[in-house]
Amino acid sequence: MKVRENVVKIGLCSTSLMAVAALFIVVAYVFFNGAGIINLSFLLESPYRFEYGGIFPQIIGSLCLVGICLLFAVPLGVASAIYLVEYAPDNIVTASVRFFIECLAGIPSIVIGLFGLVFLVYRLGLGISMLSGGLTLGFMILPWTVRASEEAIKTVPYSYMEASLALGASKWQSIYGVILKSAYPGIITGILLGMGKAMGETAVVLLTAGSGLESFLPQSILDPVASLPVYIYMLATQGHTEASYSRAFGASLVLITMFLIISMFAMFLRNRYITRNSGF
Amino acid sequence: MNHEEIEISVKNFNLWYADNQALKNINLDIPRRRITALIGPSGCGKTSFIRCLNRMNDLIPTVRTEGEMLLNNENINHKDVDVVSLRKKVGMVFQKPNPFPSSVFENVAYGPRIHGEKNKQQLAQIVEESLKNAALWDEVRDRIDRSALSLSGGQQQRLCIARTLAVHPDIILLDEPCSALDPISTSKIEDLMVKLKEHYTIIIVTHNMQQAARVSDYTAFFLHGKIIEFDETKKLFKKPKEKSTEDYITGRFG
Ligand SMILES: Nc1ncnc2c1ncn2[C@@H]1O[C@H](COP(=O)(O)OP(=O)(O)OP(=O)(O)O)[C@@H](O)[C@H]1O
Ligand SMILES: [Mg+2]
Repeated sequence: MKVRENVVKIGLCSTSLMAVAALFIVVAYVFFNGAGIINLSFLLESPYRFEYGGIFPQIIGSLCLVGICLLFAVPLGVASAIYLVEYAPDNIVTASVRFFIECLAGIPSIVIGLFGLVFLVYRLGLGISMLSGGLTLGFMILPWTVRASEEAIKTVPYSYMEASLALGASKWQSIYGVILKSAYPGIITGILLGMGKAMGETAVVLLTAGSGLESFLPQSILDPVASLPVYIYMLATQGHTEASYSRAFGASLVLITMFLIISMFAMFLRNRYITRNSGF
Repeated sequence: MNHEEIEISVKNFNLWYADNQALKNINLDIPRRRITALIGPSGCGKTSFIRCLNRMNDLIPTVRTEGEMLLNNENINHKDVDVVSLRKKVGMVFQKPNPFPSSVFENVAYGPRIHGEKNKQQLAQIVEESLKNAALWDEVRDRIDRSALSLSGGQQQRLCIARTLAVHPDIILLDEPCSALDPISTSKIEDLMVKLKEHYTIIIVTHNMQQAARVSDYTAFFLHGKIIEFDETKKLFKKPKEKSTEDYITGRFG
């Protein structure tokens, strides 16, 4: 019995080591190939063809796209989650809506990108633009924000709601003042996951926001906008030179780092909230 | 009973959970500014009863009620009653302490804030006063900004009482407030109730016969969803009229 325990333990341990090693290799590879090119001018200048200049418009473009995406998807997602958990009647319609959202989360991003291109870009006439890209990204992560918020709201103990109502709070006051406050860390985590998806998304942005090589900053939300993933895609598929590959890796490293910084910031918000509210 | 002012008058009240009748033809007059204890074996309907007094049962979709509960001559269960203001008048402390996961201060200030108090000094004053009334102030005055979840169970229960007091209700419902508490916290809460009845009508559910005998002025004995006996506590404990009451309070049953 003891032997079998140990075999299982060692087996699991080595499998997880392999998983970590695989991830590590990817990150290390990106780092060694990309770190050399990164300097201030790479970060602060505009690109010129495939081999020259920096990625400043790409960084700003990615941030703007994610910003618009979150502005659209977070309020809508959180509001839908509140409705589904707290107000929607427990019937077949609600169940179907839940199932539908579940399915939406599984739609490949290229399909959502196609929708964005045909509906937002052409039909609504928003053109290839920051707005089209941000909104389409928003559509993409919307089901995830709904689901994450729903889960977070559902884990808040019912006794908080009862306590609040018993003090003469209305339902909305209770949701706003107690439930959302307690669900906040979970909602943040969900938003963060969605943000990570949006930031790295290529297909959607390629179809709706711009070609990635734009060397200018957008003047309005209706201008096309560059982004890191599309820039990397262009360099990787059309550069074919040593210089363009190393630029692609440099941009990748910046993308990863940006994501890490934002994650750490979100973690910080979350932890500060948790330590402030759970004693000790 | 004749000389008492009546706060709540319950008439021919019935309650069902789907098809299961939990309260059967309840008639009860609850006197103002007195402590009324509800006793009876587990499952006899005590919680179901007090949850009607502030309409918490509205949250349970299967519940159906019939009959009247009059508070200031208004039927609590009438569909036009403003439930929110009813709950402001009828405060409730739950069996299990359920403080919010925020600071001690925020817990107590929550109610007054909801009801429109914005002035910081005013809020601080209400919080201090409520905590003092709940016999908790001395223990938490230095850590009013610490999380309420870091308090002990007994302190949490007194915090929940303070939170209820801060709203200034007329009536306070307590559902077995001491069931999870040590004797010291229990006696603090009992002292507190006796002090509070100067200003509040108190209804307490308890499984502790000594507690009912010690603190309450009136006692109602529930059995299988009915009120078997209701009387002044002294009389009910000294000379119960019903055999089943006697069996229950002497511990031969239930
Ligand atoms: N939410 C509910 N749904 C269905 N039936 C319920 C519900 N709550 C209580 N009941 C039933 O109603 C009856 C009375 O329950 P209640 O909780 O009022 O008893 P109680 O006197 O408070 O008991 P205890 O002393 O154990 O707390 C029980 O038979 C119980 O099964
Ligand atoms: Mg009970």
